[in-house]
Amino acid sequence: MKSFTYQRAKSPAEAAAAVAGQRGAKFIAGGTNLLDLMKLEIETPTHLVDVQDLKLDRIEPTSDGGLRIGALVTNTKLASDERVRRDYGVLTKAIVAGASGQLRNKASTAGNLLQRTRCPYFYDTNQPCNKRKPGSGCAALGGYSRQLGVIGTSDACIATHPGDMAQAMRVLDATVETVNPQGEARAIPIADFHRLWGDTPHIETNLQPGELITAVTLPKPLGGRHFYQKVRDRASYAFALVSVAAVIQPDGTGRASFGGVAPKPWRVEAAEAMMPQGAAAVSRAAFAGARPTEDNRFKLALAERTLALVLAQAKEG
Amino acid sequence: MKENDRLELTRRGVLVAGAVTAASTAVPFSADAQTASAPAASPTAKVAMKVNGKRQELTLDTRTTLLDTLRERLQLTGTKKGCDHGQCGACTVIVNGERINSCLSLAVMHQGDEVTTIEGLGTPEKLHPMQAAFIKHDGYQCGYCTPGQICSAVAVLDEIKRGVPSHVQADVTGKPALTNAEMRERMSGNICRCGAYSNILDAMEDVAGVRA
Repeated sequence: MKSFTYQRAKSPAEAAAAVAGQRGAKFIAGGTNLLDLMKLEIETPTHLVDVQDLKLDRIEPTSDGGLRIGALVTNTKLASDERVRRDYGVLTKAIVAGASGQLRNKASTAGNLLQRTRCPYFYDTNQPCNKRKPGSGCAALGGYSRQLGVIGTSDACIATHPGDMAQAMRVLDATVETVNPQGEARAIPIADFHRLWGDTPHIETNLQPGELITAVTLPKPLGGRHFYQKVRDRASYAFALVSVAAVIQPDGTGRASFGGVAPKPWRVEAAEAMMPQGAAAVSRAAFAGARPTEDNRFKLALAERTLALVLAQAKEG
Repeated sequence: MKENDRLELTRRGVLVAGAVTAASTAVPFSADAQTASAPAASPTAKVAMKVNGKRQELTLDTRTTLLDTLRERLQLTGTKKGCDHGQCGACTVIVNGERINSCLSLAVMHQGDEVTTIEGLGTPEKLHPMQAAFIKHDGYQCGYCTPGQICSAVAVLDEIKRGVPSHVQADVTGKPALTNAEMRERMSGNICRCGAYSNILDAMEDVAGVRA
């Protein structure tokens, strides 16, 4: 691990200014992803700004009947919250489908959204990777790509956003609240938070340098039945091959986001409109223009079948 | 003779070069606090925490993980380093009542925290009930993952008691039950290469009082 200096910020604006003011500075919250990558020297920050004292660890009701989740609320605390379990079940289900108990006790809400891909070629510093080293190429193209993306990818990168929580946040139309180094607040719809890779796969979100996530807000509850169906190579503690976060209403309409397939939670509103017609219609529309590799073409069929399972469960009542 | 000498030198040279290559390829995977402590200019920071009830005041290279602090500074070598990347759970300790991977946490971030390691749960003279149950049910073979398994197991029973939801719960609005399936799911962050899983679950069920 490269050496770094360390400070504990006292306010969100101070933290943002500290990161913006020093080249190579980064925020650290739970650290479960950042430290992993620092040990491999994939991340090499020269200065860490610890945000644990910023009092961003509360879940509070909003004036319009939703919930405001502080950026530092741990995955365990968020999944355990009575209001989340009752009104936003898809979020609790998505969180407990991810990582391990130990990691969920440390991982934060904001950090979870910012987690980096688990593409093996991003992790292997002996391989070219446009995300790790811009312009070096992509070893995943033509490499072992069973786990990787099938849609929204580019010729520069076929990695996925690996997370479960973000799928639920996308289905719930969450908003990411931030503060910039000047102390100005901004609200980013979750749909616009993660970027498609294009020619710049090293830029993964639309956050500006030094911009700090302070909270994620949820609009008022959607009702309906909540599902998070995850398909993976082992029953627990593995990243998704395909996952479906869904909220299905009694009349058969609903929302669905597909995980494990794209650089961001893959929710296509036009495809969702076909929910009453069944999983085949929805997934055909959601995955129009998909560019799978020979290794991961199975994800297209698997996504449709996973959604079919969710819709069958919804019908059972 | 001369020919032989040269051959010997050459062979030694090759061996030395080989060792250097091996060392340098190993660097990215072991560049943690232990190997990186040599440069004098590395930034340090002070931290005070309570470990197994005893206050510790330390000045550490900022890179030092909680795991390396426990093992290398405090000589609490019960906590084990397995993968050092949060994948195996051998380093599991309990911080402020919750289990975490100590390998994925910087020690300097634990100001004021209360850390409990396997040494703090019980002693050979006065075992924690979970330690006694692991012995009774043969919940290990080589023993390397065991301290992490026991810390995790103790925290898991507490999590179920506190109602923390899990992936195998049919209805997440309700309280989780003390079942084999619940414990199995919640222990998935602790890997045992010897495969003592079923005996570990027997030990947990014994402590939880769900089986005679």
